[in-house]
Amino acid sequence: MKKRIAFLMAAVLVMATVFAACGTKPTPSASPAVYKVGVIHIGNPEDGAGYSYAHDQGIVEMQKNLGLKDEQIVRKLNIGDTDSAATRTAIEECIEAGCKIIFATSYGYMDTMEAMAEEYPDIIFSHGTGYKSNGKNFNNYFGRIYQPRYLAGIAAGLRTESNKIGYVAAQPISNSEVTGGIDAFAKGVAAVNPDAKVYVKVTNTWFDLALEGSTAEALIDLGCDVIAQHCDTTAPQIAAENAGVWGCGYNSDMTDSAPNAHLTAPIWNWGVYYTTAVRAAMDGKWEELGNYYGGLKEGFVDISPLTKNCVEGTKEIIDQVRELMISGEFGVFDGKQVVVENGKVSLVDEALLDNQGNVIVEAGGPCLDDATIQGKINWYYENVVLQ
Amino acid sequence: MNTIINFLFAAVKNGAPLLLGTTGEIITEKSGSLNLGVEGIMALGAFAGYYAGYKTGSLIMAILAAFLVGALAGLIFAFLTVTLQANQNVTGLTLTIFGSGVALFFGEILIKQRPKLSAALNALLSGTEIPLLSKIPVIGRILFSQNILVYLAIIIAVLAGIYLKYTRLGLKVRAVGENPAAADASGIKVALTRYVNAMLGGGICGIGGAYLALINGRGDWDNNSVSGQGWISVALVIFARWSPFGALLGSLVFGAFYVFQIRVNDIVATFPFLGFLSKIPNAFYSMLPFVITALVLVISSVQKKKVGVQPSSCGINYYREDR
Repeated sequence: MKKRIAFLMAAVLVMATVFAACGTKPTPSASPAVYKVGVIHIGNPEDGAGYSYAHDQGIVEMQKNLGLKDEQIVRKLNIGDTDSAATRTAIEECIEAGCKIIFATSYGYMDTMEAMAEEYPDIIFSHGTGYKSNGKNFNNYFGRIYQPRYLAGIAAGLRTESNKIGYVAAQPISNSEVTGGIDAFAKGVAAVNPDAKVYVKVTNTWFDLALEGSTAEALIDLGCDVIAQHCDTTAPQIAAENAGVWGCGYNSDMTDSAPNAHLTAPIWNWGVYYTTAVRAAMDGKWEELGNYYGGLKEGFVDISPLTKNCVEGTKEIIDQVRELMISGEFGVFDGKQVVVENGKVSLVDEALLDNQGNVIVEAGGPCLDDATIQGKINWYYENVVLQ
Repeated sequence: MNTIINFLFAAVKNGAPLLLGTTGEIITEKSGSLNLGVEGIMALGAFAGYYAGYKTGSLIMAILAAFLVGALAGLIFAFLTVTLQANQNVTGLTLTIFGSGVALFFGEILIKQRPKLSAALNALLSGTEIPLLSKIPVIGRILFSQNILVYLAIIIAVLAGIYLKYTRLGLKVRAVGENPAAADASGIKVALTRYVNAMLGGGICGIGGAYLALINGRGDWDNNSVSGQGWISVALVIFARWSPFGALLGSLVFGAFYVFQIRVNDIVATFPFLGFLSKIPNAFYSMLPFVITALVLVISSVQKKKVGVQPSSCGINYYREDR
């Protein structure tokens, strides 16, 4: 008899749980004191520089802006983004820990996130640097990093003496994010130094200290005297420092790692998005947010402060170009180019050409649309040499 | 020409840690112990060397720490296999997992301190030209403008070669590796020989790990600095045919393969007739060292010669009462 009562009670409990689950809205709103945020990192932010560090600074900024306590942030570190089983485990652990919104910071998490968004409709999945979304509890966030890359290109083009600039690229031409970044950087170089060429070497990895450093050294051996990078470690900048040449980092200000080499780095202010996103989620306004693609105008991307290693007059030129980008007059991937005369910046019509001589945009033509910039830049700008 | 010199310079630089790992393993195997734990020992050496270098700012302390930790790992191996008679393959594999795990654990703690090497140590590691010798055309740049650890690696390999081949002590080591029962009968202390050489070999592997952390990390701590190079070292022992002199050549070849994938297009730009090389995917070049090792293994097992093969008791524990 006792057993039967126990069974009945258990059944009632199960039913109650099921009904309670059905009642949960897909847009949760909770009091700030219990709202938990999960973050999936590909590296370890405690490195103090680089990709994961930049994201984590953004999380910390969001935490301060919204007054969240430390225990409300759940971090998963060193989760390989090609390892979908590890990604799934990390996300499940976040959900078990009570996270209502989960940020995944690397491209490769995308498909796992997409699948899990279907399985957990009451959890918000926000994926960085990808392009997929489901219009409900799964969005993507990214930014116009090509804008500060163009500005960094100006600093590099003014600095180089050998007119050879090296670029350590994480991914080959098929990756629009990397290739578009190279093109913007190279167009910035061309604006101030038409004689300079940008030599690109591809590492096929996002994070490999030894390989990225060796690649930078190979570029320096070619005669490059500025080393730019689209990869996640500081190794290329340290290689530049050791060889006595200059460099442009990425993700965060890398001046500490290479004080005598570093010019400036295109950087992310991820906190701008993380604050917006978590606030929207907590206020139950998540569905109004949609996908996010911020630029210089929103303060989401910028360059780190120019160092003493830049040539004189760099700042004045870059400030004027930045204004043209913020006002929308100059879109980088359009039929216009910046010209500098006596320190004065103006725009002229000029066709956007690739290094095979194909016209991408006619002179004076409109800027490529965002979908093309995010996913379909598979050509190199005219002064780029793939090495 | 410069392209080729720069290529060979980078090949020597990237081959040196393999040279250390291989030399260490050759000494161990020559005494009859097959220690498959090189990957783990190098990881431990990487951590110990970097930590000591970071804390003291002294390269000598870094090398010493890496050697001692490596030797300690060798001692563990010898204790398990010689005294406790544990299976050598299993012990070696365990040592790989154990060493990598311990190094990763402490490495994660170390990362939180943002450990950057001091500017003075970094400058010392970035290269030292040997006076006069570095002025020799071509060879001067490739061999005598490297960092101190490269010179150390070459010296260790040459000394190890002399030790094993030309000294009485080395003769005893080889006797223990080939036929421990006979060696024992002639009065050689088999257990002691295996202990000492496992520790010596482990210590040298440890320095190889320190090389990876100090040189390839370029002043930053890298938790994954070893990532497979210990295994390549084990493979290189076969390629080098159990001779440290062979390891000199082998590590240069394997180092060259590593940098080749980065520099193939520079070489093609200098020698246009090699254009087909840049059409081959990079992954192929990363794979080549392993393919070549497999080929060497096949060839050396087919050959009937007694020179340059694995010591006949390597991997087999010696138990006196079995005689």
